Amino acid sequence: MSAAELTSQEYIKHHLTNLTVGEGFWTWHLDTLGWSVFLGFIFLYIFHSVAKKATTGVPGKLQSAVELVVEFVDDSVKSTFHGSNPLIAPLALTVFVWVLLMNAMDWVPVDILPWLIATVGGVEMSDVYMKPVPTADPNMTFALAIGVFILTVYYSIKVKGLGGFMKELYTQPFNHWTMYPINFVLEMVTLLARPLSLALRLFGNLYAGELIFLLIATIGLFQLPVHFLWAAFHLLIIPLQAFIFMMLTIVYLSLAHEDH
Amino acid sequence: MNINATLLGELIAFVVFVIFCMKFVWPPIIAAIEARQAIIADGLAASDRAAKDLELAQEKATAQLKEAKVQAASIVDAAKKLEAKIVEETAGKAQVEKERILASGHAEIETERNRVKEELRAQVAVLAVAGAEKILERSIDAAAHSDILDKLVAEL
Repeated sequence: MSAAELTSQEYIKHHLTNLTVGEGFWTWHLDTLGWSVFLGFIFLYIFHSVAKKATTGVPGKLQSAVELVVEFVDDSVKSTFHGSNPLIAPLALTVFVWVLLMNAMDWVPVDILPWLIATVGGVEMSDVYMKPVPTADPNMTFALAIGVFILTVYYSIKVKGLGGFMKELYTQPFNHWTMYPINFVLEMVTLLARPLSLALRLFGNLYAGELIFLLIATIGLFQLPVHFLWAAFHLLIIPLQAFIFMMLTIVYLSLAHEDH
Repeated sequence: MNINATLLGELIAFVVFVIFCMKFVWPPIIAAIEARQAIIADGLAASDRAAKDLELAQEKATAQLKEAKVQAASIVDAAKKLEAKIVEETAGKAQVEKERILASGHAEIETERNRVKEELRAQVAVLAVAGAEKILERSIDAAAHSDILDKLVAEL
């Protein structure tokens, strides 16, 4: 019993270890980087090939599908953000589709990629480290959240000026000079909680999903129907998390454009 | 939670992808969508206008049909009146003609009769005289009637 437990613990730990090169801070997760860039290229390749041939007449099937996504994102942006900013809609599209594709890697059965690599490369599966869901890596989600955060601060300063941005930080929510320090603390928490919650929400959902897949993979013969159920549940999780990430990106950026 | 250089790599990838999307993906697709929306909106407006035009045309056609019916009815009325008038006129003329023909016939007959009468009268006188001559020729016996003849001669 304890030996089997140890084995499954090792199994899960093995699967949650990234393929890395480098030491200390300069460690690179090759699987996260590779898959995310690969999926990003797939997204941009498909959308760019449609964009090049985009016709105003009767669209083809691929163009219709791409336009469906673009219109969905455009509607989401227009319903939340009322200014004019040429960055927000493409940013939201990139975030949505990229995160969706990266989340969708959750559906790839947990042992298939290591098995393929082991078979093709002729190595032991215990030597293969492959974590194919980039959004289950905090580096990925924090990169996205920090990118959004930098844009939020940039547009806050651009729209309201540096003074206006700073003034917002200490005159809210209690506009009295005695409360300025307390305001500043509160506002800093608000400001920093946004990228933190943005990154951790996505990471937590996908990491937990991945973990449950791994747990299911250790229960033996009955794992197949359970895997199916959990994968079917991810039909909900995967697009929902991508949508939430996109929506919050839009909301944070539109808040940056609003004057108080 | 091991945060490391991967984050920087992903941040760079994120920035590159967003810039590429902003420059080469989003504008042409959204332009195509908006252009098509404009085309569809125009088409719908045109079809609305066409439907309105059709309605107007139908109303006009109905009105014209009604007017035409009224006109046709009035024309038929006028024609009937004219017909009655023509029949009446013709009948009157025919009556007059008939009377004229009858009158001239009567006059001719009268003239003819008068002429015949005249002729007959003349002939009757001649016949009477001839008859009288015959009678006289036979009955006159110069001896028996010599006294009368004598008296006549005496009277002449």
